[in-house]
Amino acid sequence: MARALIPLLVFALISVFLWVGLSLNPREVPSPLIGKPAPAFELPQLRESGGMVRSEDLKGRVWLLNVFASWCTPCLEEHPHLVQLAQRGVVPVYGLNYKDKREAALQWLGRHGDPYTGIAVDVEGRTGIEYGVYGVPETFVIDRDGVIRYKHIGPLDPRVLDEEVLPLVARLQQ
Amino acid sequence: MIPELGHFAIIVALFVASAQSIFSLVGAARGNRLWMSVSRPAAHAQFALVALAFACLAYSFVNNDFSVLNVASNSNSQLPWFYRLAAAWGSHEGSLLLWVLMLSGWMSAVAMFSRHVPTDMVARILGVMALVAVGFFLFMLLTSNPFDRLLPPAVDGRDLNPLLQDPGMVIHPPMLYMGYVGFSVVFAFAVAALLGGRLDSAWARWSRPWTTVAWAFLTIGIALGSWWAYYELGWGGWWFWDPVENASFMPWLTGTALMHSLAVTEKRGGFKSWTVLLAIITFSLSLLGTFLVRSGVLTSVHAFATDPARGVFILGFLVFVVGTSLALFAWRSPRVGLGGQFKLVSRESALLTNNVLLMVAAASVLLGTLYPLFLDALGLGKISVGPPYFEAVFVPLMAPAMFLMGVGPLARWKQASLPDLATRLRWAFALAVASAALLPLTMGKWTPMIALGLLLAVWILASGVVNLRERVTQLAANGGGHPAAYLKKLPRGYYGMLLAHAGVAVFIVGVTLVNGYETEKDVRMMPGSTVSIGGYSIRLDGFEDIEGPNYSGVRGVLTVFKDGRQRDVMHPEKRFYHVQQMPMTEAAIDTGFTRDLYVSLGEEVDGGAWIVRAYHKPFVDWIWGGAFLMALGGVLAVSDRRYRLARAAQRKGGDATVTAAA
Repeated sequence: MARALIPLLVFALISVFLWVGLSLNPREVPSPLIGKPAPAFELPQLRESGGMVRSEDLKGRVWLLNVFASWCTPCLEEHPHLVQLAQRGVVPVYGLNYKDKREAALQWLGRHGDPYTGIAVDVEGRTGIEYGVYGVPETFVIDRDGVIRYKHIGPLDPRVLDEEVLPLVARLQQ
Repeated sequence: MIPELGHFAIIVALFVASAQSIFSLVGAARGNRLWMSVSRPAAHAQFALVALAFACLAYSFVNNDFSVLNVASNSNSQLPWFYRLAAAWGSHEGSLLLWVLMLSGWMSAVAMFSRHVPTDMVARILGVMALVAVGFFLFMLLTSNPFDRLLPPAVDGRDLNPLLQDPGMVIHPPMLYMGYVGFSVVFAFAVAALLGGRLDSAWARWSRPWTTVAWAFLTIGIALGSWWAYYELGWGGWWFWDPVENASFMPWLTGTALMHSLAVTEKRGGFKSWTVLLAIITFSLSLLGTFLVRSGVLTSVHAFATDPARGVFILGFLVFVVGTSLALFAWRSPRVGLGGQFKLVSRESALLTNNVLLMVAAASVLLGTLYPLFLDALGLGKISVGPPYFEAVFVPLMAPAMFLMGVGPLARWKQASLPDLATRLRWAFALAVASAALLPLTMGKWTPMIALGLLLAVWILASGVVNLRERVTQLAANGGGHPAAYLKKLPRGYYGMLLAHAGVAVFIVGVTLVNGYETEKDVRMMPGSTVSIGGYSIRLDGFEDIEGPNYSGVRGVLTVFKDGRQRDVMHPEKRFYHVQQMPMTEAAIDTGFTRDLYVSLGEEVDGGAWIVRAYHKPFVDWIWGGAFLMALGGVLAVSDRRYRLARAAQRKGGDATVTAAA
C-alpha cells in the first residue's frame, strides 16, 4: 500500500509546483545589482574581426547589455525586437554571448540578424556570474557612470521596451 | 447561424458525455445492464455531435466568416483554402475542438470494436473516457469557445502564422493528437480494470492493439513535427528540446515502455501494477503537455496565447483526472498480485530494465522541462535549460537501452543463460564492433560518438537477423523442409517488432551520421559565385521576384554541380507575409538517400549580394525514415492474425451471448 502511494505523492508535489508556477510571472526578479556599478569586464570579441570588448571603454555612454546564447529558445522571441531597436539607433546594444560556442553563435546571428554594437564572449559564464545572470536572456541598462540602472529577466517584448527600457534610456541620456 | 449550430452541438455533446459517464460508471458498479447499455450509443452520438461542431468550424474558416473571433484572429481571405481549413486547428480553441473530436472518435471506435470485451468492462472504459471528455467540453465552453462572435465583424482576418502555412503543419497536429488522445483509451482500460478488479492477461490483450495504434500515430506526429522544423525554420535543425517538443516526447517514451510492459502482462501475467501505472502515467503526461502548452507557465516558441483562467482550469482538471486515477491505483493495485517469478537473466528482466531506462529518460526530460519552474517557484531564480543538459542525460540512458534491444528478443522468458546468449549473439556483436571500428574511417573521420552510434545500430540490425534466422531454423528442425519456407508462417506481430526495432537502428544511423559528418557554410554570394560543400559545388545564378497569394519575395536560383556535371537546380525563397508583416525563409532541399543538400537565404547585404547558408547533411532523412519504420512496425503488429481471429471467434461467441441474454 505504502509503495503504491508513491506515484500519487510525486504527482501531488508536481501539482503544487504547477499551482505556484501559475501565479508567478516567469519574467520578474529584483536584482541586488541595481544602483551598483556594473562589474567590469574585458572579454574577446565574438566576431572574426577580433579585439576585446571592455566595459571601461563604454563609460560616458548609456548602453544596454543583452545576455544571449544560440541554445536559448526564449532568445529567439526577443531577438526581432532587438534587431528593430538597433535599426532605430537610439542606444548601443552590447551582447554577452553566454556559455556558447563561437561557431554556433555566429551562425545564429547570421540566421536571425545581428543587432549588437559589440559582442563579448563569456564561454565560462564568469562575467555572467558577476552580473548575477539567472538565465538567458537578460538585459541590463547601464548609465554613463557605469552603474546598472535596470535589469530585465527573460525575453524583451515591445511593452517592456517602450514603457520601461526606452523611457529610462532617454532620461539617462539627457 | 452555422457557428451557433456548432456551439450548440458542443453543449449537447457535454450533456451526452455527462449522462454517458454517470450511467456507464454507476451502472457498471451496480451491475445494471440497462444503464450500462447507454454507453455505446452515447459514444457514437457524441462523436457525431463533435464532428458536426468541427464541420461548422471548418465551414466558418473556409468561407471566411470573420464575424467569428477565432476565424478573424487566425485566417485571412487571401489564404489558400487548404490553409484556411488547417487554420481551424491552428489556434488554441480550434485545436481543443480537434482534441475532443479525436477523443470522441476513439470512443466511438472502442464502442465498435469491443464486442469481445465484457459489457461491464466496456461500460467502465467508455464511462471513464466520457468523463475525460466532459472536462474538455467544459474547458472549451467556459474558457475557450471556438465559436465566439466578434461584433462588429472584422473586414479581414489577421492571418495564420506564416510558420504554420505549410503542408507538414496541415497533418502534423491531427497525427500528434491521434496519438496523445489515443492513450486515453489504454488509460480508460487501466482505470476500468482497477475499478472492476479485473487485471489479467485478457485485459492486456485487449489493451495492446489500442496502445500500439496510438503509439504509431504519436511516432508519426512527432516525426512530422521534427521534419517540419527541419525544412521550415530554415536552419536545418531537427530537434530543439523545446518544452512543447518535450511535452510530446515524454508520453512517447512512457508509451513505448507501456507497449513492452503490456507484452509481458499478456504473455507472462507479470508486471501488472507496473503496466497499469504506465498506462496512467502516459496519459497523464499527455494531459500535462496540454497544460504546459496552454497555461503559460513555461516560455516556448510554440506556446499558444495564454490566459491565467485557462491555466487554472486545466490544472484543476489535471489534478482531478491524474490524482483520482493514481489514488485508485494506490488503493486497488496492492491486491493485483504478482506475476510469475523470473530470474535475473531472462526476457522479463531485459524488458523491465528497458522499461526503467525509458522511464528514467522520461523523468529526466520532465525534470529538464519543469526545472526552470521548480526553481522559480522556490524563489531560487530563473534559468533556461538548454539542449546541453538533455543531450548529456539522454545518450548515457539510451545507449544501454539500445544494447538491450538486441538481447531482449532473443532471451528466453523466465530464465535465460548468459553464456548461451553470448554464443548466439557473438557474430552479431563482432559485426557491430567491426562496423564501429572501420565504417567511420571510410567516411573520413572517427570519433567515439560516431563509433558508438554505429555500434548500436548495427548491433540492433544484426541481432534482429540472428533472431529471425533462429526462429525459422527452429521451425524447420521441428517441421522439416527448408527454413526459408517458414518465413511466411511467422506472425505479423513478430515482424512488426523486428521492423520497429530496425526503425530504431535506422534512426540511430541518421542521428549519428548527421551529427558526425554534417558540414555547413555561411557565405556571402553574388550572382555567379560558387560555394563548394560536401563534394558538391553550388553556383548562384541569380534572383527572381515571386508573388504568392498572401506574400511576396525573392527566389534564388542555384545550380548544383558534382564532378563538373549539373545535378539539380535549387530555389530557396525569402518571403514577406503582408498581413502578419513577417519575413519567412523557405529553404530549398535536394533530398537524397544518403544526404540532403540544404540551402537557405539569409539577409541581403550591400550591392546585390546575399548571405547564403548551405548545408551538407549526410543521412539526415534516415531520422524520419526510422521513425516511419517504427510506426509501420506498430501497424504491422496490430494487423496480426491473432487479433482478427480473436475478434471473429468472439463475434460468434458474443452473438451467442446476446441471444442467450435476450
